[in-house]
Amino acid sequence: MTFLAEHIAVLVVIVPLMAAPLCVVMRCGVASWGWATLVAVGNFFLSIVLIQHVMTNGTIVYDLGGWEGPWGIVYRVDEVGALVVLIISAIAAIVLPYAKESIEREIPKERHYLAYCMMLLCIAGLIGMAVTGDAFNLFVFLEVSSLATYVLIALGSDRRALTAALRYLILGTLGATFYVIGLGMLYMMTGSLNMTDLASLLPAVQNTGTVHVALAFIVVGFGLKLALFPLHVWLPNAYTFAPSAVTAFLAATATKVAVYALIRLIFTVFGDVDPLESYGVRPAVMVLAIAGMFAGSLIAIYQSNVKRLLAYSSVAQVGYMILGISIGNAPAMAGGIIHMFNHALMKGSLFMALGCVFYVIGSVKLEDMAGLGKRMPLTAAAIVGGGFSLIGVPLTVGFISKFYLVQGALTEGMWPVALLIMLSSLLAVIYVWRVVEVMYFRSPAIGCEERSEAPMSLLVPTYVLLGAAFWFGIDATFTGDIAMSAAQTLLGGSK
Amino acid sequence: MMMRRKMVLRVVSKLLIPFILLFALYVQWHGDFGPGGGFQAGVIFASAFVLYGLIFGLGTLRTALPSWLTRLVLAAGVLLYAGVGVASLMLGGNFLDYDVLAHNPLHGQHYGIILVEFGVGLTVFAGIITIFCAFAGRAAADVNPSEPEQAGDTGND
Repeated sequence: MTFLAEHIAVLVVIVPLMAAPLCVVMRCGVASWGWATLVAVGNFFLSIVLIQHVMTNGTIVYDLGGWEGPWGIVYRVDEVGALVVLIISAIAAIVLPYAKESIEREIPKERHYLAYCMMLLCIAGLIGMAVTGDAFNLFVFLEVSSLATYVLIALGSDRRALTAALRYLILGTLGATFYVIGLGMLYMMTGSLNMTDLASLLPAVQNTGTVHVALAFIVVGFGLKLALFPLHVWLPNAYTFAPSAVTAFLAATATKVAVYALIRLIFTVFGDVDPLESYGVRPAVMVLAIAGMFAGSLIAIYQSNVKRLLAYSSVAQVGYMILGISIGNAPAMAGGIIHMFNHALMKGSLFMALGCVFYVIGSVKLEDMAGLGKRMPLTAAAIVGGGFSLIGVPLTVGFISKFYLVQGALTEGMWPVALLIMLSSLLAVIYVWRVVEVMYFRSPAIGCEERSEAPMSLLVPTYVLLGAAFWFGIDATFTGDIAMSAAQTLLGGSK
Repeated sequence: MMMRRKMVLRVVSKLLIPFILLFALYVQWHGDFGPGGGFQAGVIFASAFVLYGLIFGLGTLRTALPSWLTRLVLAAGVLLYAGVGVASLMLGGNFLDYDVLAHNPLHGQHYGIILVEFGVGLTVFAGIITIFCAFAGRAAADVNPSEPEQAGDTGND
């Protein structure tokens, strides 16, 4: 047990990282699926150990190779990091059991084992981004996860998946490059890449043009990765054409981890500088966040492909997270962090339910889903449940996030912002209603009225995630406590 | 294939390939003392095979290095690298702490870096071969779609 406690910060990364090449060695789809699932579930338990350890003993600092920071690469896990690791590994442990049937239907057989290898690499990269305390190591893990993501998206059965993956490849690489350019400038000014070290060195040079430009590059770089409006153009196609299981996993994790990285950079690396205040960028970030909330929802209303509709809704939901960051007091910050967790639950379950639809009727177009309430009652109910969460109906996780956000906005006296949060929820009502209306109040097309439900291996993981979305909506003490204490740590600067 | 009549190219490349391989091995194993290391060595080692593939055709290259082998090597390199880290975990150090790999930290650092760099070399070598075959196979498939080996290969890589 002491071994586990001592090395837990690095184990959550290397377990999936080492499991991935073993999938390639196996060269068998079913075996690598079993292996990947086993690893994902094991890693989920490791992440529970990690978060318990962090909650009881405080921040973990782990020196890779025995080289202490700021010279060596250091892993540094605090509450936020541990929560993000928990999100990623929980979603992975739910999506991988689901992936088998879905991937067998959507990806050619000889590529199955490569898909599972890429899934594990993506998990390793995302978790690595959450645990690292080294700004350059963050870039390395960003690339590990992104490259795996590009491959996973390109595996989609539709030929347009290739162009979607290429577009994401170009914009994602641009984002990562911007981050490295910004980081290079910080390195030039401070001579350090360690996050805590950077935080202590930056205030001395905070009023130089180089540091201003560096921050601009970093924010735009991660803005691309997290699909901040108007840098979101890669996201809708990537989510629409990727295989269903991949979309569920990415929609629930990838953008959240990029949001986390941005939080880490603004509030830890630039913590003592307080760039939102001292550089006066708070209004700009807030305007972009709110614009994203409205633009994403408005475009979602006019979509005819439900996967794309939910993808645009993701752009809007990312807006809420960034809004929480930009308001900048503890409740709003906690709202942003808790929404990372909550959105993972609701979007994950919605995309998994859509995967069930695609599995049975072979399409996720709105018109093909007519009468789905009669044809696939369980799946349709799951979509409605997830939709409630997107709107923010009480007793769902969406309500909890918005409650914290509104509370944060009102504490600062920003009642127009609070009003805008409510208004954007009304837009969510419209696009969720469009789907509900088609599913329940239109009769199915002639010739496909028969009832056919998706297999249990798809439905059970979907309902587990949906159940969590209601569970943490009814009893939010666990997530609320972590998010609150995380927000206070972050707002306390680098100390 | 195309190069069948180019006597000079075939003879010169056959003469050069052993030296390229030897140089790659030098860069690999001397990388901890001089300039070099796993990445460079992997690229140089792969370049010998790329040259072979260019002159004697992709099919011949794939008989020497079938795709299952390159993929195995791709995975083995990563596993070797991470395996060194796990070995140091098991011996009581932090991840990738080479000090504990031998009774004396200096030797430990030495073994550690050699093994890790060998892992890098393997993966980079297999990666370059895979990329080359994917692109070359694509070109061959475009020029002559009836060549099944190359066309099938690109689908897999």
